[in-house]
Amino acid sequence: MNPRILKALLIKEIKLMKRNPLIPKIIIAMPIMVMLVLPLVANLDVKNVGVTVVDNDHSQLSRRMIADIEASEYLTVSAVAETYDEAIASVERGEADVILTIPPHYSREIVEGNAELDIEANGVNATKGMLGAQYVSQSAMATLSQWRSENGIAVTVPETSVINLYNPTLNFRNYMIPALIVVLLIIICGFLPALNLVSEKESGTIEAMNVTPVSRFAFVLSKLIPFWIVGLIVVTVGMIIGWLVYGLKPAGSLGAIYLVTILFSLTMSGLGVTIANKSATMLQSIFVMFAFIMIFQLMGGLFTPIRSMPEWAQYITYAIPPRYFIEIMRSVYLKGAGIIDLWPQYAAIAAFALLLSLLAAITYNKRT
Amino acid sequence: MSIFKSLVRKEALHIVRDPRTMVITLLMPIVLLLLFGFAISTEVNDVRVVAVVDQFTDETRGILQRLSVNDYFTFQGLTAPEDVDMLLRSGKTDAALFLRNEEGLLKSQIVVDASNTNTAQTATAYIRGVINGTSAKSPILTSTLYNPQLKSAYNFVPGILGMIFILICAIMTSVSIVREKETGTMSLLLVSPVKPRTIILGKLVPYFLLSCVILTVMLLMAYTVLGLPVSSSVISVIAVSLLYIILSLSIGLMVSTVVDTQLTALIVSAVMFMLPVIMLSGMIFPVDNMPVVLQWISNIIPARWYIEAMRKLMVQHLALSYILKDVLILLIMTIVLLAASIAKFKSSTK
Amino acid sequence: MTMDKGNAISVRNLTKRFGSFTAVDHISFDVSKGEIFGFLGANGAGKTTAMRMLCGLSVPTSGDGNVAGCDIITQAEAIKHRIGYMSQKFSLYSGLTVEENIRLFSTIYGMTSRQIREASERLFKELGMQDMRRAYVKDIPVGWRQKLAFAVATIHKPEVVFLDEPTGGVDPVTRSKFWELIYKASSEGMTVFVTTHYLDEAEYCNRISIMVDGKISALDSPADLKEKYHAATIDEVFRIVAQNAQRGD
Repeated sequence: MNPRILKALLIKEIKLMKRNPLIPKIIIAMPIMVMLVLPLVANLDVKNVGVTVVDNDHSQLSRRMIADIEASEYLTVSAVAETYDEAIASVERGEADVILTIPPHYSREIVEGNAELDIEANGVNATKGMLGAQYVSQSAMATLSQWRSENGIAVTVPETSVINLYNPTLNFRNYMIPALIVVLLIIICGFLPALNLVSEKESGTIEAMNVTPVSRFAFVLSKLIPFWIVGLIVVTVGMIIGWLVYGLKPAGSLGAIYLVTILFSLTMSGLGVTIANKSATMLQSIFVMFAFIMIFQLMGGLFTPIRSMPEWAQYITYAIPPRYFIEIMRSVYLKGAGIIDLWPQYAAIAAFALLLSLLAAITYNKRT
Repeated sequence: MSIFKSLVRKEALHIVRDPRTMVITLLMPIVLLLLFGFAISTEVNDVRVVAVVDQFTDETRGILQRLSVNDYFTFQGLTAPEDVDMLLRSGKTDAALFLRNEEGLLKSQIVVDASNTNTAQTATAYIRGVINGTSAKSPILTSTLYNPQLKSAYNFVPGILGMIFILICAIMTSVSIVREKETGTMSLLLVSPVKPRTIILGKLVPYFLLSCVILTVMLLMAYTVLGLPVSSSVISVIAVSLLYIILSLSIGLMVSTVVDTQLTALIVSAVMFMLPVIMLSGMIFPVDNMPVVLQWISNIIPARWYIEAMRKLMVQHLALSYILKDVLILLIMTIVLLAASIAKFKSSTK
Repeated sequence: MTMDKGNAISVRNLTKRFGSFTAVDHISFDVSKGEIFGFLGANGAGKTTAMRMLCGLSVPTSGDGNVAGCDIITQAEAIKHRIGYMSQKFSLYSGLTVEENIRLFSTIYGMTSRQIREASERLFKELGMQDMRRAYVKDIPVGWRQKLAFAVATIHKPEVVFLDEPTGGVDPVTRSKFWELIYKASSEGMTVFVTTHYLDEAEYCNRISIMVDGKISALDSPADLKEKYHAATIDEVFRIVAQNAQRGD
């Protein structure tokens, strides 16, 4: 492969990209838009959980429990119902997410130790239901233990303190922002190379290249390398917004972030070019890419933790390149981890980068 | 009628001759449904814990014993205090439990990797429970309404349908009409004696049928594989979905009358319709968790109302009266869009 | 297969099938060095497919061929060093300037910076395009674009240049100017293989072949063909030869 030819091809790609009426705008505007909107939306922090309490006890303890729930940061008492049916109706109307049922004679029987509170969560939104139920349960437990100690029936429990490392304010946004930068790279470095190659096919310029002695490795590399630059721009814009708007700066080194950015850009653009090589029309390449991107986002541990998946699904995630990128970004951003701490992830993503670039070159056929 | 039939056949052949695209439109919703149903979960059920213990007593042994038998934890054993930082930083463990004896009193400290706040909060609560020994018998009974296994799958059926119909009806339809504009075959048809109405219907019917096939497959899967209980609401589910399919087709028609190239049609549909469906419709992220401004914006996204209505019907099994508002909004949107795009199409063909 | 040293292109029983459809059906012909060879045929007759096989863009189903001394089956990449190619549909990047296109393609053909500089100076002077150097290709008129595409396709002095309907969509004056360029190249020893729709252009060729339904139905010099078919023009010859065609529009 002649370096002069590669250079000439790269100059062509970069000039065409810069002169495209749409692409420079997408590279700058899309990170800004996504980084401004998604952290506000992708908020799995459960707040404003509505609780309907069925108070069958009408005691001092039960009233205190209700007051404590109302005072809690995440919970609001939407109604105190007389009957269970009334409570269910409030859930069906969408006013409440959790029902807390306090049984009759609760405060009397709790002394004997065999009274049970009943919490029912609306499972329609599993996250909100589960965490909501947990908050209600925690709040009720706190009220109960305080009440017990005031009445001299306290059980001694060891004193426990908690240190929340890496994200002391427990801000869910800090967890999402590094991953959103990954989403941006997946979308931009996946779709743009595919569209680029397919449009060369549709306009016919690719034939002009195929009839020259240019090597297919040089040609494919000239399609992949510009996306290093695109990737670096996207990540930089993303990081600047993360810092200016959300006050989040990477705890680790920029070098560690930029290195993985280059490797991942290569992975995604290699995939994009491979798909474009195998597609006849623009729509086809977009649909195939879209399918990949959906699976990448769902299985990469972006919104839901990989460790919450069943074992078979966890094995699949090893074949999902963004998985490693997301782990690296979160660790470098929040924990200040370095390349040495994360070498297995770096190695995996480097292997994917190599594999997919090779695949892009192999599937690119100068002859049919 | 025979002109109409041949137009429909032409377009149907066009869809069938691109098997890759068709397979994707059919397979993608199924794969997504299976992933949402069986692979993806927000539940925290496997917290890795290491422990640092300075002195073994019956009490600390009891805690470690409870920790190792508890299903929520993978107890990774004891470690030296100086290793904890490295283990957490490189992601080899999720939390460390320090147990210290001070003047005969047990003091405990939980150091947790809080980068994922949900996992951290849940893990802390679980470990507290283990320390307090309350895990044996809880004084609180927790259960779930509507969705007993806490599988998120049902919840996502409406979302996946909401997305896939936009993909087929809005994107495929608009690209297909615009392609005919690009190649000039559209003007060929328009100068022929065939009525514009027939041409447009001939374009839309095959995509409508494809959407119906997907709807059938998805509902069959929801009622069998995912075990969604069958109820009388099935008819309403189908009716609301058909309304939404027509709405999506109107979006596709609208886009195709406004843009001139396939690439623009793709980008406009993707940015204006696909992204909002994924981000703002409540498909993944609950609408009421969003900032107020974004909640207002979500009001104009058709998928939001579709998903809301479908959840009420499929998951909560509520009566029709609960979805009147959603259906009414969808109906108005459909009428407005359809009227606007037909008017635009007529004026552009004159 | 034995090669005649005097032939730039030599083809025996060249065939290309797509499924059950035979696009090119056992064609055989020779083109000698420096010749201008016209390759005619109705739409869908198989011209472009045959040409793509000669340029190493498409693998033949059966048959052999030799272009500029290289085997078209085993030495497809080597052929590409020795040929030039232009077509009406593509060739140049419309988003690049005239100069940038020249530099890109000549670098790919392995020319040194100095050779590129000299060649482009000569090219601009000959074509009279000095003031268009920095214009985007998409902004210059079609006639100029085609002249430029021809100049780029021949910048590395290839042995054979393939022209696929090079004069599509331009006026007769521009077309005749374009043919001056073809004659000049031929006089410098380049072999020209050209497909065209315009049958008047066929008269400019040394020899022409007429393809019908994937086969070569006639091949000779324009004068001999007219005599053989008792026709006044190539247009008439074409009508007689192609009247039984099954394919095409």
